Amino acid sequence: MARTVTTRQKALNTTLAWAIGLLIFFPILWTILTSFKTEGQAISDPPIFLFFDWTLENYAIVQERSDYLRFLTNSVIIAVGSTLLGIVVAVPAAWSMAFVPSKRTKDILMWMLSTKMLPAVGVLYPIYLLFIKLGLLDNRWGLVVVLMLINLPIIVWMLYTYFKEIPGEILEAARMDGATLREEILYILTPMAVPGIASTILLNVILAWNEAFWTLNLTAAKAAPLTAFIASYSSPEGLFYAKLSAASTMAIAPILIMGWFSQKQLVRGLTFGAVK
Amino acid sequence: MATQHSRAAARIMMAPAVILLLGWMLVPLTMTLYFSFKNYLPLRGGDLGWAGFENYTRFVTSSSFWPSILTTLIIVGGVLFITVVFGVLLALLLDRPMWGQGIVRILVIAPFFVMPTVSALVWKNMFMDPTNGLFAHLWRAFGAQPVEWMSQASLPSIIIIVSWQWLPFATLILLTAIQSLDGEQLEASEMDGAPALKRFWYIILPHLSRAITVVILIQTIFLLAVFAEIFVTTGGAFGTKTLSYLIFQRVLESQNIGLGSAGGVYAIILANIIAIFLMRIVGKNLDN
Repeated sequence: MARTVTTRQKALNTTLAWAIGLLIFFPILWTILTSFKTEGQAISDPPIFLFFDWTLENYAIVQERSDYLRFLTNSVIIAVGSTLLGIVVAVPAAWSMAFVPSKRTKDILMWMLSTKMLPAVGVLYPIYLLFIKLGLLDNRWGLVVVLMLINLPIIVWMLYTYFKEIPGEILEAARMDGATLREEILYILTPMAVPGIASTILLNVILAWNEAFWTLNLTAAKAAPLTAFIASYSSPEGLFYAKLSAASTMAIAPILIMGWFSQKQLVRGLTFGAVK
Repeated sequence: MATQHSRAAARIMMAPAVILLLGWMLVPLTMTLYFSFKNYLPLRGGDLGWAGFENYTRFVTSSSFWPSILTTLIIVGGVLFITVVFGVLLALLLDRPMWGQGIVRILVIAPFFVMPTVSALVWKNMFMDPTNGLFAHLWRAFGAQPVEWMSQASLPSIIIIVSWQWLPFATLILLTAIQSLDGEQLEASEMDGAPALKRFWYIILPHLSRAITVVILIQTIFLLAVFAEIFVTTGGAFGTKTLSYLIFQRVLESQNIGLGSAGGVYAIILANIIAIFLMRIVGKNLDN
């Protein structure tokens, strides 16, 4: 861009953008700050922004009273498990669609996308019933499977768009040199596909971590992840802002950090390649 | 060139994903269809036989049906309006030269990564609570009577919360689209003396139209399914019962499976109508 911008203009843009950015980020910042206050200071009027007695006691209370680590473990197992399982199923599928396309490839991709549009509430009871029959209600592995199926279309699509960018000539050359299908995948494709696979994993862990329909409806005490743990604060007793904040901060911190790394892939993954 | 051998291998490699998704789609869908024609009340007698189309007519003639449609439209429409309008403005701003652009972008995107139950509860309690919320403090500082957000302004409250979650998504996608805009065209129009508003209207907006359509369609699909934000704030009270929430209540709270399933079929049809438009755009892109 050759357009010249005066320093004044730039300063103006900067001020406005920072003001809006901070405004949008404020609820998160406020939650993090409140998590370090005492319950009394958390509700003080006028509100205290920085000059309060910083304390870690809320974090200790949350862990002690509600066994935060158990919910965290469930979240990690459900988010990571469903994503990895999805990758295992999706990599071969995306590979074959990207490198051995047939007339039906496009239709299959579109059909997979269409399954993502199925409203969860429309199939709530069947899944609920199947879970009871199979003894999977309030079971982490049941949720791993459901979230894997929910995100499978996105995983296949993302991998497909990444694999598409790997030049086919390289594969042909390997084939000429007598590489078998297995060797081709293992030694040529995989190294080139690793960045794409990593981005796909990142985005899908985030989506699974934050999923709040099936995790709320299919779990109770045992398998509940952090989404359900936070929801238990919807009918609290007594003062709870600081504790809610501490619990919330712990629930969103890992994903905020991962999310910032995956912002570029976010567009691609969530628009199914329609916006690049 | 793909050989016969690799074609066969490709089919086998695709099989697990296709079979799993096929099962995931067909099994529950068939069951929902089946239940929708049944009088099925697990807590009050169980399976009471076939109902024909009775569940379908009862679902749409119940007194909560039309209000739930209206609520759904208000929430989806309100959030779409806010996220698209502010998303375009914000994307335009973020595209301009400034200091610390990367950090501002991170600040703006952050809400998208906050899990729905957290954002709903933080907004409900720490901002919108009529006694201890920040808004109440703010209102009192100006001598005004604090608003009881969740009961007096329940729909605007939910729209604010959901818009906060989805504004980053719209902004990010629109920003990506703006950045792919041809700079020379803009420069040329600038040199020809086209005012900023005209440049926006005749060059930038047409260029963004596709991205805006994608944002609207994808958000609509997710917004029709908004659940946790209602579940932990009003629980469907104060006129916040959307179509999805109504179906959820029929199925899990009142355990009227037949009626809920008929509602589910309506929701599926509605989502599919929107999906068809989205798929057309995505499909076109696939050809290039």
